[in-house]
Amino acid sequence: MEKNCAIEMKGITKRFGQVVANDSIDLQINRGEVLALLGENGSGKTTLMNMLSGIYQPDEGEILKDGKTIYIRSPREAYEYGIGMIHQHYKLVEVFTSTQNIILGLNDGRMDLKAAENKVNEICDRYGFEIDASEKVYDMSVSQKQTVEIVKVLYRGADILILDEPTAVLTPQETKKLFAVLRNMKADGKAIVIITHKLNEVMEVSDKVTVLRKGKFIGTVKTSETNPQALTDMMVGHAVSLNIDRPLYPDPRKKMIIENLTCVDEEGVKKLDSVSFTANTGEILGVAGISGSGQKELLEAITGLYPVKEGSVRFIKSDGSEVELVGLTPKKIRQTGVGMAFVPEDRLGMGLVGSMGMTGNMLLRSWKKGKGALIHKKEPEALANKVMEELDVITPGVNYPVRRLSGGNVQKVLVGREIASEPEVLMTAYAVRGLDINTSYTIYNLLTEQKMKGVAVLYVGEDLDVLLELADRILVLCGGQVAGVVDARTTTKEEIGLLMTQFNAKEDER
Amino acid sequence: MSAENRTPFVRLAKRTEMSRRNMWLIRIGSIVIALILGCLPMLLTGTNPISAYGVIIQGSVSRPVYLRQTIRTAIPLLGCALAIAPCFKMRFWNIGAEGQITMGAVFATYFALFWSGKIPHVALLIIMAVSGAIAGGIWALIPAFFKAKWNTNETLFTLMMNYIAIGIVAWLQGGPWEGRKGSQLIPMFSDEARLPDVLGVNCGWIIVLVLVVLMFIYMNKTKQGYEIAVIGDSVNTARYAGMNVGWIMMRTMFISGAISGLVGFIIVSGANYTLYSGVADGVGFTSITVAWLSQLNSFAMIAISMILAILEKGSNTLQTRMSVPASIADIITGILLFCMLSCEFFINYKLIFRHKGKEVNG
Repeated sequence: MEKNCAIEMKGITKRFGQVVANDSIDLQINRGEVLALLGENGSGKTTLMNMLSGIYQPDEGEILKDGKTIYIRSPREAYEYGIGMIHQHYKLVEVFTSTQNIILGLNDGRMDLKAAENKVNEICDRYGFEIDASEKVYDMSVSQKQTVEIVKVLYRGADILILDEPTAVLTPQETKKLFAVLRNMKADGKAIVIITHKLNEVMEVSDKVTVLRKGKFIGTVKTSETNPQALTDMMVGHAVSLNIDRPLYPDPRKKMIIENLTCVDEEGVKKLDSVSFTANTGEILGVAGISGSGQKELLEAITGLYPVKEGSVRFIKSDGSEVELVGLTPKKIRQTGVGMAFVPEDRLGMGLVGSMGMTGNMLLRSWKKGKGALIHKKEPEALANKVMEELDVITPGVNYPVRRLSGGNVQKVLVGREIASEPEVLMTAYAVRGLDINTSYTIYNLLTEQKMKGVAVLYVGEDLDVLLELADRILVLCGGQVAGVVDARTTTKEEIGLLMTQFNAKEDER
Repeated sequence: MSAENRTPFVRLAKRTEMSRRNMWLIRIGSIVIALILGCLPMLLTGTNPISAYGVIIQGSVSRPVYLRQTIRTAIPLLGCALAIAPCFKMRFWNIGAEGQITMGAVFATYFALFWSGKIPHVALLIIMAVSGAIAGGIWALIPAFFKAKWNTNETLFTLMMNYIAIGIVAWLQGGPWEGRKGSQLIPMFSDEARLPDVLGVNCGWIIVLVLVVLMFIYMNKTKQGYEIAVIGDSVNTARYAGMNVGWIMMRTMFISGAISGLVGFIIVSGANYTLYSGVADGVGFTSITVAWLSQLNSFAMIAISMILAILEKGSNTLQTRMSVPASIADIITGILLFCMLSCEFFINYKLIFRHKGKEVNG
């Protein structure tokens, strides 16, 4: 087996600021084998593979190819070592044909399109790809585009292929086809890595599985010697006690009723599929799910930022009257007196204005207030000072651009402003992502405080341990559908883990 | 064992912060470097750079009459830079000021040609100014409307609108407004339609200085200015805050075009006293340089537009006195722009060399 080893990674560590994305990870990729790299969102799978494809360089550790240490400083160098990565987001020139895309960036003297086309066809025949070498990319389906990406990598002579979540955008039939191709390549002696969090696919296509959790290496097992349950345990780990205080609110009432909410994106893909649930006052409703299961769309649809195809969002005011929010712009929603606060996932890109200071950012909620054409800075300035004091925001001053603050302080500014608006519904998306432990607890406490004031809190999170201890109920999304709503006090990590991948498994049974 | 010794020789890292003083020092330093680099083309043409710079300064500011000419050059540059500023703040790349100036000039000229003598002097000038502003505003509104509605590319759209405007003037010149048959010229304005001089320069300078103050207040103190700044930073944040991005874009472009149109009026009524297809004379483009170099700060624009005007006026003198091509001014302007834009790079990034790199925390 040793002689088959194509790439070995030893003790790889990669840090982004204070976040450790990969913590001393060992990995071995063999020829003639499919390795599945398994882990939850943010467990460091893609980061690890980006170091193989030359996008990042490791901070510590070494990479060996055929026993020799190598340094991969750019994707071009990765190709020289025979490593090719197929990214989640395809990088193709739409108005070019597949062949033109494939030879793009190659520099071997004169361009011979005919010869290139022949070579592309040859590769396709060899592994069973179905693409037309002279078809333009804009005419292609998503799966064909993916095929072009794979052929592109093969054309460059790669014998180590890394596929990042290749099935995320494919239909079950297309997935079957892809797997058949992967098996052909495996038989041809290629080394293949697929990054995934779908257990059924791991079981179906891989020979070995390496599991990562929160940037740490958990273990490598042979697929034939394991089962989905065991892998789930490795993936989510045992529940860790975080000691988050979770008081009970005495008088919960319905605050927001969402019924059959359906959203489609620009390409007509369903992002939310008849989502129905109720948010109550004095409750933190956790929202769990693999990233891209519709969390972002759900919150944005409720706040009027994402177009809704059908369904309703009814907001129950404190006097008992109901307001229908679907069809209203964010401005209208605010004007109807619906107290809604939203801490979006993209803090600087959506929630804040990076180039402005705290005062300018407090203004974002109140700039329309007051008579006349001039802005009134007194109130927001006072608010900025208040937030700075109460949440211990570390900044040289209220006019210092928030872009320059650390991630934790940026989030405090955003959460502080949203809470200061005294909302009745508070929605947060990945509120503690990238924050250190102390700041995270500050946020948890703030949310619990709001809940005890009778606010209905929606908490979209990725850390199941936190969801289990912070939330009262957990709504699990899977592929834009509600996979279930469970009581956070009685459920287990495993139950949520299975719900998160439920529909994928079902599709496969069909 | 670590990979540090194999990282690239130089790499870039984003700077965390820099004091305001240092930022301005770097910017002033870049102007000095630009002036030094500007010596190179002069040496190539066999001119002594020091005496050449001397002639430029002398020929542009040493005598009141020169200074007045220089200021006359600076007025439209400054006015148009003020017009462009809100668009650029919004990251709406309006490079159509040239056309907006031209359309403003066309409408002002209409009233100058056909209404003069019929109404009082001041009223005529006001009507010319207002109609010029409205025409420029509408000309700018068209691309903004398409951008807001169908997300068309504003850069191309505004650029193409320039040529349409210039084409319209060319047609007027040879057709309906032609003065003496076959002259291809529009007649000169009567005195009624000319801007009066104040301190020897047409009173356009008062108008643009008032605009400097107004624009500063508009950008920094008003709700609309705040909306523009938020959109420039992130359209998503603006939507999140409940702003109607499309509407704000159209409104801002109208204001921008209106100011350009006003500049067009100042040019025909204060300097040229007639209309011809080259009426904007590249001002719409040069003012982009002015706006950019002054970091969209209205008061800095006064200084930058003066510097560019001095270069332009001075190098004309240079041409007559030392027979150095006047295009030397364009070359120096280009070098200036290059140096000042690249200094922004050093304000935002720092270079980390391989050996020192270890200690520096990215």
